[in-house]
Amino acid sequence: MRYMLIIHNDPELHPTPGSPDWDQLMVDYAEFSKQLVERGHAFTGDPLNDPSTATTVRVRDGQTLTTDGPFAETKEWMSGYYVVDFDSLDHALKAAAMVPSAKFGSVEVRPVAEM
Amino acid sequence: MEAALEAVYRADRDRVLARLIGILGEFDLAEEALQDAWVAAVSSWPTTGVPDNPGGWLVTTARRKAVDRLRSASASARRQRAWGELAITWDLGDGSGPIPDDRLSLIFTCCHPALSLEAQVALTLRSLGGLSTEEVAKAFLISETALAQRVVRAKGKIRQAGIAYRVPSSAELPGRLGAVLAVLYLVFNAGYLPPSGAALVNVDLCAEALRLCQVVITLMPDQSEPLALAAMMRFQHARREARVDAEGVPVTLEEQDRRRWDGAEVAAGLELLDRARAMEPVGPYGLKASIAALHVAAPRPDLTDWAAIVALYDRLLAWEPTAVVRLNRAVAVAMAVSPADGLALVDDPVLARELDGYHLYAATRADLLRRLGRVGEAAASYRVARGQTNNRAEHKFIDRRLRQLEEPTAGPPG
Repeated sequence: MRYMLIIHNDPELHPTPGSPDWDQLMVDYAEFSKQLVERGHAFTGDPLNDPSTATTVRVRDGQTLTTDGPFAETKEWMSGYYVVDFDSLDHALKAAAMVPSAKFGSVEVRPVAEM
Repeated sequence: MEAALEAVYRADRDRVLARLIGILGEFDLAEEALQDAWVAAVSSWPTTGVPDNPGGWLVTTARRKAVDRLRSASASARRQRAWGELAITWDLGDGSGPIPDDRLSLIFTCCHPALSLEAQVALTLRSLGGLSTEEVAKAFLISETALAQRVVRAKGKIRQAGIAYRVPSSAELPGRLGAVLAVLYLVFNAGYLPPSGAALVNVDLCAEALRLCQVVITLMPDQSEPLALAAMMRFQHARREARVDAEGVPVTLEEQDRRRWDGAEVAAGLELLDRARAMEPVGPYGLKASIAALHVAAPRPDLTDWAAIVALYDRLLAWEPTAVVRLNRAVAVAMAVSPADGLALVDDPVLARELDGYHLYAATRADLLRRLGRVGEAAASYRVARGQTNNRAEHKFIDRRLRQLEEPTAGPPG
């Protein structure tokens, strides 16, 4: 079953780009992806640019409304995702705990609805 | 025949249901199929007699009834349940030997942390406890509709989020077992003192929690924590006659008439605790049960080994570094060292912030201030506590303490 791991960052806790903690984070992410491959889990995933680069589109009554920024101004913001095939929720939860950003934010685990 | 049927139901129902969920892959189909099989048993057993292996008969019959249900379901419903159908066409033997025991898988699934705590409790009591939706709703003082919705949502999440029907691996076990025990303890306490005003003891829930704990003990004989939880529950149950007075007002441990403690329950608890402590390592319930054992071992409150209790709380903090544990430790320090030492810990600003709004925090402060003779401050703190709880029995308790503060000669120990 495929699960999306939606990664949210808490900017107060997250390492800043360029710092040694950031460099370590990049190393940790490379290791995480390697682990998924070694354990035979097919996956896709990408980091996202920060919310200042976001634009939100809504269509209401035929009108397109475009606003600067993410869909909601929250303390934690979405920073990336993985979509991975796991045998059960427990496997997905175990992997989510290993996502390097789980230490600084949260990882939502939601099953992909297979049509 | 009726008595025989009832006996089978009580003895085998949860094991049969657990097995069916394992075979069929989902709660609803298993419950419905079991219902169908039970109807068949009630109508045929009076003629044929109760089978030698009634549980096996029910599993085999229920499986067939499940196939019937799936076949008569609409095509789209069948597609959705394709996996369940595949599962039941596997060769599963003729149902004559003892039914494999899937109850652990059932307990761990019902208590999965991905489900809300209320859902875990509701699902556990409905599936393993054999309690009806109405009975569970009444016990927790919520409407039957609300409870039914909770159960439906929980089953939906189990199915859609892919919560597997399994016993957790040994790496996951400590945390997952802790979650199961927390649910059982919650059920026990719900029977002990219902959430709203009246002080009644719902004995059925206490008995149910103890029974389920015993099932876990039987199925996990190399685990100490279920034994420790059972010990704790026995110690608490031993005090049920002394815990509230004639008006239903809570009586503190210090003021309880220890002659009214049930000696048989205490003995049973001590035996369970001995078995728990024989296994390494001692976990959080083992420590909590040990603390409770030190209380029951004291024939008089002033003979309680408070220093040992403080030491146990120190070890418990390593497992559960929570504000509530720190508060309870402060109370033990107050008794072991002095009320002033206890108050200093209670007044720690970090603790005060974390427990702001928790009525037992204000009540604890009030009690320590009372022991220090700081009457005005004690009264103020009792009033704060009173405003933070809706429990009528606790209001009565606090009102009594406030009256006693006004008449210093007629009070509890200082």
